[in-house]
Amino acid sequence: MKAKVHITLKSGVLDPQGKAVQHALSSLGFAGVDNVRQGKFIELELAETDPAKAKSAVEQMCKGLLANTVIENYRVDLEG
Amino acid sequence: MKAAVIVFPGSNCDRDVAVALEAAMNHPPIMVWHRDTELPPVDLVVVPGGFSYGDYLRCGAMAAHSPIMREVKAKAESGTPVLGICNGFQILTETGLLPGALIRNAGLKFICKDVFLRVETSDSPFTRKYETGSVVRLPIAHAEGNYFADTATLDRLEGEGRVAFRYVTQGGGASLDANPNGAARNIAGIFNENRRVLGLMPHPERLAEDLLGGTDGKPMFEGLVEALS
Repeated sequence: MKAKVHITLKSGVLDPQGKAVQHALSSLGFAGVDNVRQGKFIELELAETDPAKAKSAVEQMCKGLLANTVIENYRVDLEG
Repeated sequence: MKAAVIVFPGSNCDRDVAVALEAAMNHPPIMVWHRDTELPPVDLVVVPGGFSYGDYLRCGAMAAHSPIMREVKAKAESGTPVLGICNGFQILTETGLLPGALIRNAGLKFICKDVFLRVETSDSPFTRKYETGSVVRLPIAHAEGNYFADTATLDRLEGEGRVAFRYVTQGGGASLDANPNGAARNIAGIFNENRRVLGLMPHPERLAEDLLGGTDGKPMFEGLVEALS
């Protein structure tokens, strides 16, 4: 089973990289782009076959290491 | 006083802080490798600056889960003073020993320069040799030193007198201009609840003898020796 983890900065946490990307897009001529926020995407291959157990395990991984919940939110999607 | 300096793969200020500690203690600290699971009996643990584990995932995230940090956390919780400098501060927030997080500098750039700091309280083993309110000059060298915490946490830190150092002008004003990295409320260093754990982004060990161009960092090590011997 594959888990896909999206890690995003919480709203209210400054994202200077997102801002720089937004400036670059606007200088390339892409108009109407606002509020660019950069995050992380992590894929995990799991031996676990039970979706509920897999999801709970990956959520523990997010809380323990993959995300810093002081500044980041995470979302876990399972496939297969 | 006996001190231990934790060494991670990618630490690069471990030797600098060992030199500053040796000058203050008259004997060298014990260097402890990150894979060790036990600390020798010491009065102070230093988590030094650098780029532990190449800053993979987030600065300090991997180091926070290394075997020795479990032991450091346990020692800190039982009252042993812990000093985290730069990457060490990032590691201490990732372990949960200090609140908040260090995020990317507001200006995105790695900043390496001397800054002025106001000592917010002399009431700690780390700051006892400084006058409360005095302004000192110390170097910073980081890309992720922008201190972030939610408003309730910031208010609690201020209310409990747990802001140790603030970025200020030479005159001592905590203005926006004096803030090099966008840190919330110009915060450069904070204590835990009992002021036995200090995390700070500036490097006291890099200005701790005349040969280095200044000695404003020296009172921190002398104060620790005085308090913990």
